[in-house]
Amino acid sequence: MTTTRAPALRPGQAASPARGGLRRRLPRRSPWGHPWFLEGFTWLYLIWSLVPIALAVLFSFNNGKSQSVWQGFSWRWYFSDPVNSVLHNPQLHAAVLQTVRLSVYTTAIAVPLGVAFALGINRWRGVLPGGFNFIMLLSFVVPELIFGVAMFFVFTVLFTQVKLGTLAETLALVTWNVSWPAIIVQARLATLGRQYEEAAADLGAGQLETMRRVTLPLLGPAIFASAVLVFSGVIDDFVLVDLLSSNAGNTPMSVLIYSNQRGGNGGPALNALGTIMLVMSLVIAVIGYIGYRWMTRGERGSRVAALTTIAGTD
Amino acid sequence: VVATGQASRPAGAPPAGGAATRRTRPPGRVFWVALAAPGMLWLILLFLVPFYAMLAIAAGQLNVILRSPVPAWNPLAWSRGNLMLVLHDIAGRGAFIGPIIVRTLGYVAIASAVSLLIGYPAAYFVARFAGRRKALFLVLLIAPFWISYMMRMLAWVDLLQNDGYANKVLGWVHIAPVNWLGGNPATVILGLVYGYIPYLILVLYAGLDRIDPALIEAGRDLGLGRTRTFVHVTLPLSRQPILTGMLITVLPMLGDYYTNQMLSGAAGTSMLGNVIDGQLQTPGLQGQGAVLSVLLLLVLLVPMIYYVVATNRSAREAG
Repeated sequence: MTTTRAPALRPGQAASPARGGLRRRLPRRSPWGHPWFLEGFTWLYLIWSLVPIALAVLFSFNNGKSQSVWQGFSWRWYFSDPVNSVLHNPQLHAAVLQTVRLSVYTTAIAVPLGVAFALGINRWRGVLPGGFNFIMLLSFVVPELIFGVAMFFVFTVLFTQVKLGTLAETLALVTWNVSWPAIIVQARLATLGRQYEEAAADLGAGQLETMRRVTLPLLGPAIFASAVLVFSGVIDDFVLVDLLSSNAGNTPMSVLIYSNQRGGNGGPALNALGTIMLVMSLVIAVIGYIGYRWMTRGERGSRVAALTTIAGTD
Repeated sequence: VVATGQASRPAGAPPAGGAATRRTRPPGRVFWVALAAPGMLWLILLFLVPFYAMLAIAAGQLNVILRSPVPAWNPLAWSRGNLMLVLHDIAGRGAFIGPIIVRTLGYVAIASAVSLLIGYPAAYFVARFAGRRKALFLVLLIAPFWISYMMRMLAWVDLLQNDGYANKVLGWVHIAPVNWLGGNPATVILGLVYGYIPYLILVLYAGLDRIDPALIEAGRDLGLGRTRTFVHVTLPLSRQPILTGMLITVLPMLGDYYTNQMLSGAAGTSMLGNVIDGQLQTPGLQGQGAVLSVLLLLVLLVPMIYYVVATNRSAREAG
């Protein structure tokens, strides 16, 4: 919702020189002083939250089979080990490819579907679209396990032509992620208002032309942000793909890490897999942030607003 | 977090002459219906129908020879067989699901309370006091959101092994090594907190950030101290974010079956999600898994609907 408005912006936060000047003349600083205890607590939380991950990344470079004792640096779990590296082990690299495949398929289907749904529901007011909007929002909060169980059953007893595997995984992931574009686009539509489209209509543009030349360009940042969220959401997904995968060929990285570690086949190769997921997600996040900032460059907004949008908060 | 198009127009947007233009233009409703139709059809076929299939299997029978579930599509043919079996397992003699439900509720209650105790101060600090470093703090708070859940669990598996860093640190202060993995409830709760706290913090941050600083300054100007301003101004205003934040962590925790499998794997720490997952994988028990899922869904339907309505309302207020 902060795509353009940034209501959270407080005095002194905006970086513009005018604001800075105002700030110097009218100090808004709290007389209570800086809460050092809270800041220390926050840093402790951040260390607890991030250092274990940094160590897990480190152990993906371990020159040994241990995930807990450092035995020197090596690339063996990525590509030099002829048997167990991500590059050479067919299961491991199949998992990387499957994750990428599912992310691409799901984003390609869920984003257009969700954007069209949001536009239609938003403009066609009434009980029926309102009800479907509510169902879509429920799909956003239903526990993933329950939804996964429902999907498992529908593919095993009703739509039996859909075998468990890539197709079942993609269909479930699309339903699970379609609410991102649907919610974000509706929020953007609410902030845009309809005046641009009405102007286009007054100038003689038809509905399709208005859509193509006015509405969709205005929705660009929202569509882009939702694509980023869907893509990274699929990389991180575990429950649906765990319940709906059927063999090694359609098992993505998250499930492979889970089943191998649990089955006693742990090893730094799993850390390497996790690190690859992490790098993929971070690359997507950086692309998302830079792209979103670039697309909204003419608008009032801030780094903070772009960050919260790309994280799906707001 | 969740907004719908029903949110009102922002204050800054000029009023559009809706009524005037609508008269000059055909309504074009078919166009919007056509746009919404694919999504609606998708939601029917791949959201509502699957839940009905789950219900039909829960109320269906078992093919004793194939050990596969036979769905009862017609409500008139619904059978109570699976439900009775499940209820017996929950509360009957030798019930094994009942204690697991109690354990699940205990773990989830402790984990969400701990998450709130850690998450609220951190979110409060970043929303109110981070100042110019807000973007930096936000990046660090958001980072775990972008890192796969399994990678984050794997990180703790590494740290908590018998020869791992956690026990090494304990060794420095001469505490005997602890067997963290393999059935330690504290480890499972730690995993739940670690896994879900980023979502809670983001919701809390968004809510706390929306509090008008003028209200807090008013508290200060009226002579309240820092603590009393917090208790009388900030805390009442953060009731809504706390509630929605708790929901967004409690709902998935109740269906979690992987955190304890990664960090413990022992039967003594299994949760409701493990029961459902196990029944789903076991021929002959799938109908009972469906019953448990339906029961869990029915229990959670009220908080789910509350969440959707509450976030809708706060989005409307913010817009």
